[in-house]
Amino acid sequence: MADLFKKLGSLPVVVGCLFITTLYVSVCNLAFPEGSALHVSTYTVTLFGKYLCYALLALAVDLVWGYCGILSLGHGAFFALGGYAMGMYLMRQIGDRGVYGNPELPDFMVFLNWDALPWYWAGSDSFIWMMVMVVAAPGLLAYIFGTMAFRSRVSGVYLSIMTQAVTYALMLAFFRNEMGFGGNNGLTDFKDILGFSLQSDTTRIALFATTATFLAIGFAVCHFIVNSKMGRVVTAIRDSENRVRFIGYKPENYKVWIFVVSAMLAGIAGALYVPQVGIINPGEFSPLSSIEMVVWVAIGGRGSLYGAIIGAIVVSYAKTRFTAIMPEAWLYALGGLFVLVTLLLPKGIAGFFPAIAARFNQKKLAEVKS
Amino acid sequence: MSREAGSPLLEEENIKPDTRHGVILYVEDVSVSFDGFKALNDLSLYINDGELRCLIGANGAGKTTLMDVITGKTRPDVGKVSFGQQVNLLEMDEAQIARAGIGRKFQKPTVFENLTVFENLELSLHGDKGIWANLFHKLSGEQSDEIAQILHTIGLVGECNMQAGALSHGQKQWLEIGMLLAAKPRLLLVDEPVAGMTAQETERTAELLTSLAGDHSVVVVEHDMAFVRSIARKVTVLHQGSVLAEGSMSEIQSNPEVVRVYLGEETGE
Amino acid sequence: MLRIFCLTLSILLASFSAQADEFSQLVNQLPSKSLRNITPLLEQIAAHPDERTKTVLTEILNGDLYYKKNNKQVVSIRKTPDGDYQLTDVLTGDDLGTASKSSMKKVKTSNRIRSTIRGLIAQLDLTHKNAEVRLAAVKQILDSPDDETIELLTQLVTKEQDSTVADLMQTAIGVNTLKNGNAEEKLAVAKALRDSLQPAVRNAMVNQLALLDEVEKSQLSATEKQLKTELTSAIDKIKQKRSIYEFIENMFFGLSLGSVLLLAAIGLAITFGVMGVINMAHGEMIMLGAYTTYVIQLMFPQWIDYSLFIAIPAAFLVSGFVGVLIERGVIRFLKGRPLETLLATFGISLILQQLVRTIFSPLNRTVAAPEWMSGSWQINPIFSITYNRLYIIIFALTVFFALLAFMKRSSLGLHVRAVAQNREMARALSVRSDRVDAITFGLGSGIAGIAGVVLSQLTNVGPNLGQSYIIDSFLVVVFGGVGNLWGTLVAAMSLGSINKFLEPLTGSVLANIIVLVGLVLFIQKRPKGLFPQKGRSAD
Repeated sequence: MADLFKKLGSLPVVVGCLFITTLYVSVCNLAFPEGSALHVSTYTVTLFGKYLCYALLALAVDLVWGYCGILSLGHGAFFALGGYAMGMYLMRQIGDRGVYGNPELPDFMVFLNWDALPWYWAGSDSFIWMMVMVVAAPGLLAYIFGTMAFRSRVSGVYLSIMTQAVTYALMLAFFRNEMGFGGNNGLTDFKDILGFSLQSDTTRIALFATTATFLAIGFAVCHFIVNSKMGRVVTAIRDSENRVRFIGYKPENYKVWIFVVSAMLAGIAGALYVPQVGIINPGEFSPLSSIEMVVWVAIGGRGSLYGAIIGAIVVSYAKTRFTAIMPEAWLYALGGLFVLVTLLLPKGIAGFFPAIAARFNQKKLAEVKS
Repeated sequence: MSREAGSPLLEEENIKPDTRHGVILYVEDVSVSFDGFKALNDLSLYINDGELRCLIGANGAGKTTLMDVITGKTRPDVGKVSFGQQVNLLEMDEAQIARAGIGRKFQKPTVFENLTVFENLELSLHGDKGIWANLFHKLSGEQSDEIAQILHTIGLVGECNMQAGALSHGQKQWLEIGMLLAAKPRLLLVDEPVAGMTAQETERTAELLTSLAGDHSVVVVEHDMAFVRSIARKVTVLHQGSVLAEGSMSEIQSNPEVVRVYLGEETGE
Repeated sequence: MLRIFCLTLSILLASFSAQADEFSQLVNQLPSKSLRNITPLLEQIAAHPDERTKTVLTEILNGDLYYKKNNKQVVSIRKTPDGDYQLTDVLTGDDLGTASKSSMKKVKTSNRIRSTIRGLIAQLDLTHKNAEVRLAAVKQILDSPDDETIELLTQLVTKEQDSTVADLMQTAIGVNTLKNGNAEEKLAVAKALRDSLQPAVRNAMVNQLALLDEVEKSQLSATEKQLKTELTSAIDKIKQKRSIYEFIENMFFGLSLGSVLLLAAIGLAITFGVMGVINMAHGEMIMLGAYTTYVIQLMFPQWIDYSLFIAIPAAFLVSGFVGVLIERGVIRFLKGRPLETLLATFGISLILQQLVRTIFSPLNRTVAAPEWMSGSWQINPIFSITYNRLYIIIFALTVFFALLAFMKRSSLGLHVRAVAQNREMARALSVRSDRVDAITFGLGSGIAGIAGVVLSQLTNVGPNLGQSYIIDSFLVVVFGGVGNLWGTLVAAMSLGSINKFLEPLTGSVLANIIVLVGLVLFIQKRPKGLFPQKGRSAD
């Protein structure tokens, strides 16, 4: 039994925390009336729902960067693709309630004088199909990019800049109206999801709970991966890719695999994010937002899954506070964080918990002795 | 894609070099040049099955480049390299060559510093190197025994759960040798195994390598002449990218050509 | 009563200035004329030899000539940014302060009167003593001809001394003939103008051909048939010539874009090539250079023409200094950790951007172009080279070769190259690699600053100016092959050209995307770029 606990590591703690938060938030939001001291406003629920999406995204970034050493400056692209897939579905859910009242076409297409949906919008009214797309679209992009980049052994700084170039190119593309994704404005004005109004408190709570569940599942999946032998191969690739090759593994295949898994997680995070914030636009592709994700992980502690979650929540919370009080200062703070963390705190917040690290080592010991 | 990495590999696992002629490695007329500099110049070398061969030569003689060519890191401009008679190494990448049964120990010990000694050995263990197999991999009793055995051989039982990065230089050398053993290769390429080892450790390494020969074929690159003398049955001298002389240690030592270009230099130091 | 007033006013003016002559009297009569009887007065004004004639007529034509309600003084007005009107005395050019529009009345015109004025101005210009003015006037007629001006041209062409002007006049007359002449005349013109590159000629020919095409072939006269073949071949020939010039023009645009890329990338080529670290704040070094130009211009508003020459070294020093600070303050602590360097320098880039926003406001600033940079060199009617782009190409190449010479010839350059190839070895040979790093970084950043000076001449200066250049620069460097300055040159120029050749086909955004994606694909195929460094130490 003790062995099992050690093997699970931080998994029960994280899942427990998520469960308690969800329970607390939903009870306090639904059971206590507005004005009560215990009431949690729907605004707060949505805000924290957003943070949890970021946390899932941070997990995805940590999986490739912290464990495999691939510094992706383009995870925003996967996040946004997942978000757009969800947005397309929500767009079709609007039906004839749009400004132009067209039952088939979203408003922006009517505005552009299009008379039919483009082919890639086919099936966008099916929830299941679009949920497949949520993982398939980012997964495919990651697979194509990853296969080409890793096969030709592009790595390090080169790879980082290329991921940034890809997301930059996608941003430019999505800004174009001709792309059929709403151009500048993106997709917005959603009404409901699966027939439930997006404005209602219950839907918001349900979305929050779904996000928390997916975060817990995502954490469990990542935990399983990094603690498997495959995870150790990945860590070995991070430390010395060539050496791994000489003992018979194909690092490029492992890298592609982990990159695709990570992209899919990011896509799911994007899909959960869109109904909660109510909009998806090309700004999500901007290189800056991708690099912000990296800073969450850097601050939380890369190579530590719970660190990534803490980092995402702490930094996003700080951003919310900062931009409310003095918007000017946020970029200074963010920039300063980049410099300070890389210089002084290479292991991030998670590095603050040496006790936990020690427990980690004990766990390995126990594993071997068994 | 990931599937592809899993199943076809099983076939590769089955690649067995054809050594009916008693030769396990053929290197024929190989040339490699970097920007006009000929690192290997029309080099030919044959390693017999079960043989322990020492490669010596001054810096820049092409020893490491030769290792690189055999293990797939560098592609030769011309020439043929095959494992046994039929396995053409030039068509395979590093991972495939490793899986076919050629292990390499690097000049500079490279172990996975953030993994424990145990995990380093676990990763090196022969077996399926595909993604899915490793994702759901559980160490079998047999494999655990094997690792325990190797730990014993390399004298790192106590350090089993230490991070490899915390090992001393000599211990890292041993760990690398251990990783080599875990992979159970047919052919071992060992680049400067005793650099940084104490006299005692050197002696143990010599013993180990000698005992490996027979079941395995071993190629050792070494600068330490005393060490070479202690293990070598057959020595190949490389000079400026090609084979200068080949023979027993005493033959080599009396070869005037060799004395001039290599041993002569060394005594001059 | 009104006239008496005017008269007294003009007398009054006459007493003010000895120049208050006939011409002033004519102009001062403008307020009193109605639409019906203003034309003779305008003709009188036009016929007057006074130099101010054209100004007055142009102001009327543009609807900017007013008179004050209280004293009937004729003024020209310009709208000020605050919505008021700036008054100028048309006769003396004196500044009369601002006034509201309600206190003034416009000198009325109609379409017909305006066309008369245009004719009058054309005549004025066509007989101007300066050949360039005459040439400009003929050009205008060529673009919008009417019967009266053509008639005027026919009279003037015989007297014209300047051959260029005379040729152009012939062309204009020819174009008119193509429209209105008979078949023989047209045929003659089509033969005569087959080498002309004037767009108006081509348009007229195409129009004629279209007219002829409408008529049944059998109904065409022999001359018309001949005219038709003549026109077709002339149009083809013109088309051919145009496509050649179009190509040259694209090439030129491409090279000028390439020069900007070269300037932006070359600094990165040095820092990345030598130190192996990527400075994500490189774009901000460019931005700092651009702002330095802006500040220098603010400091010396009277020397706009020459301030660039101060700005270039100043930008080099400012950006170079910041670069050295970054290297000493952050990068040297992150040796051997390129990804961390990337993140830290990205943080620095955010701080620098925000700093600029705080100091200069987030709004874009305009840097004025000096006189000698504006304008263009008109090589022929359809092809001109703008001076600013031409100078930028020359300047970029100068910087490139200066840097190349520095790297190849100077001892510091030798040290830099030594460190780039083998840091340990260089150190063993007592090259102070720390100092070399700092200098390299300063040099790379300084050149980025110079790129900023150039960019300030092409676009507005804003905090985000440099941001997009980091990706482009990096791709240029990698495309050309890291550590190879010539590669950077070739890469920058070819990317610039590819971009400009794609642009007409796809639009600029799509061209940008295509080039980006193409580059990403290329680098995946050949990670070492066009001109890789070979050798054992290369990996």
